[in-house]
Amino acid sequence: MDNSSIVEVEELVKKFENTTAVDGVSFEVKRGETFGFLGPNGAGKTTTINMLCTLLKPTSGRASVNGYDVSARKNEVRESIGLVFQDPSLDDRLTALENLEFHTYIYHVPKDIRGRRISEVLNMVGLSNRADDMVNTYSGGMKRRLEIARGLLHYPKVLFLDEPTIGLDPQTRNYIWDYITDLKKREEITIFLTTHYMEEAEHCDRIAIIDDGKIITLDTPEELKNGVGGDVIRLKTEDDGKAYEILQGEYPGIEIIREPECLCFKKEKGEDFIPNFIRNFPVRINSIALRRPTLDDVFLNLTGREIRDEGADSLSGLRQMRDLGKRKK
Amino acid sequence: MEDTAVAVHPEKKQMNNLKRGLTAIYVIWLREFKRFWRDAPRRIGSFVQPLVYLFLLGTGLQAAFKVFGGGQTDYVTFMFPGIVAMTVLFTSVFSAISILWDREFGFLKEVLVSPVPRSSVALGKIVGGATTAFLQGLVLLALAFLPNFFGFSLSTFGKCLALMPVILLLSLGMTSLGVAIAANMKSFEGFPIVMNFILLPLFFLSGAMFPLQGLPKWMDVLTKLNPLTYGVDLIRGIALKGVDIGGMMNPLQGLSRDVVSKIPPEVITALKNSMPVSSEFKAQAFPVWLDVLVLLGFSTVMLAIAIWQFSRQE
Repeated sequence: MDNSSIVEVEELVKKFENTTAVDGVSFEVKRGETFGFLGPNGAGKTTTINMLCTLLKPTSGRASVNGYDVSARKNEVRESIGLVFQDPSLDDRLTALENLEFHTYIYHVPKDIRGRRISEVLNMVGLSNRADDMVNTYSGGMKRRLEIARGLLHYPKVLFLDEPTIGLDPQTRNYIWDYITDLKKREEITIFLTTHYMEEAEHCDRIAIIDDGKIITLDTPEELKNGVGGDVIRLKTEDDGKAYEILQGEYPGIEIIREPECLCFKKEKGEDFIPNFIRNFPVRINSIALRRPTLDDVFLNLTGREIRDEGADSLSGLRQMRDLGKRKK
Repeated sequence: MEDTAVAVHPEKKQMNNLKRGLTAIYVIWLREFKRFWRDAPRRIGSFVQPLVYLFLLGTGLQAAFKVFGGGQTDYVTFMFPGIVAMTVLFTSVFSAISILWDREFGFLKEVLVSPVPRSSVALGKIVGGATTAFLQGLVLLALAFLPNFFGFSLSTFGKCLALMPVILLLSLGMTSLGVAIAANMKSFEGFPIVMNFILLPLFFLSGAMFPLQGLPKWMDVLTKLNPLTYGVDLIRGIALKGVDIGGMMNPLQGLSRDVVSKIPPEVITALKNSMPVSSEFKAQAFPVWLDVLVLLGFSTVMLAIAIWQFSRQE
């Protein structure tokens, strides 16, 4: 697999009437990687995806997918990508098979491979035995799986997944991820996804954390978490006072917090540190625990807020209310 | 896997664009048709509604004419071609609401983000809507074979055949009108309101419900400006050719052909002139070429506007 970029974005900006949804975003996605956009609701994730998919015109900046400019070569971009939208986009009065057939026609999948490809993707998402059922008899998770299958039909180079597991229960969410992981093994494909679930971002090779229309950091999940300043280690010993003094002497520059029952400190690559530490520490250890920093710690560190803090939640609540209002109008 | 992926893209890309466009039109049409066909209440309802107009309203009005001294007018027969036109008009225009449903339920996105030209999508929708309207027109047309209308004969069959292209053309034009408006609307509750606002005056001024004769000057002008007038005129002209639906002012009403032929023409003219209103009902008010020309022009222009409006949206 070569290491060139399949998505290139430079200083991309999207302004709506009085808000700037995407504010000068630049990044590259490498061929074959799983790249994630992590951020709270309203951070500009979907707007970015919509620009990359040619559904929205960028206000300024440049973006290309599979080597084609998203403004100048729309059709080539559209042929290169598969899409799973945040909101459902199936025709639920048709059967699953009919939805897929429709897709093969509008994406010009050659006649001789249509049938084979359809059964292939149906198999991949485990829906072969429900192919002839109307989509309106499907559960939310099945619909999502069908949409993923549909997005793959025309052998896209990049699969865009906008919040692929939103609104699904944790178990179904895990299923979806099993399918995505499986898919990565079977097809040579680049995946670009957005999410506001931290656990989900962990599946990505690299993550861009986006807030308020800007990318605030971009790296592998491991590196991002290492950047927080190490794993959190909690230590209980026979004599915490003595242990405290030894720790301070041996590891200057580490902040050790004395809690009533234990000692707490951050150490980079904690899993490498602990075995040696236990072997050599002179005070008898009763227990030692290591907690990995989460991506939420990363976000908290950089913005001072949690991803799913009150602000974001009440905002998304408002958005839902507004959407409902729109529907009623 | 890899070799098929290569086969799909670079090589087959040469497949010509026209073929791709037509494939897209076909599959979008197919989807519209499947949805219509599976929706039994919609299928039955849209067939029953015109019958209600024809037999309940038609019969009622016919009785009313008798009360007001109208005599022998066969209003139901007069109205029959009008009802065919009405069904086609309303079904065509309202079929475009599927665009708003697709927008609401997200399916439109799937189509708009595909590598299919917008014009093909618009055309697929138009042909799809026009097909359902055309089919309903045909179902109604079959009523012409009933004995109380034109009866089962070769001439009725010929009329139906001649009416088919007219109905198809009218369906295409009216579906285009619907698509042009639906492309500009975001809420699907607003669509029927806007459509009725536009469609009802067009419908009432088209002569579908009453003959466009003896109208006040202002209304006469409006009916002549209405492109639908010519479509309805053509439909009625073909349908009622050689059918006597009785004029309330015809002094020779009820006389057999033999008797009429014995009356000198001067006497007939004199008789007609002596009647309070001298105009006689004309099934077709305009020459056929004018009707055809206006209908063709209208449908073409509407089709172009619909494609343009649909392609414009982001």
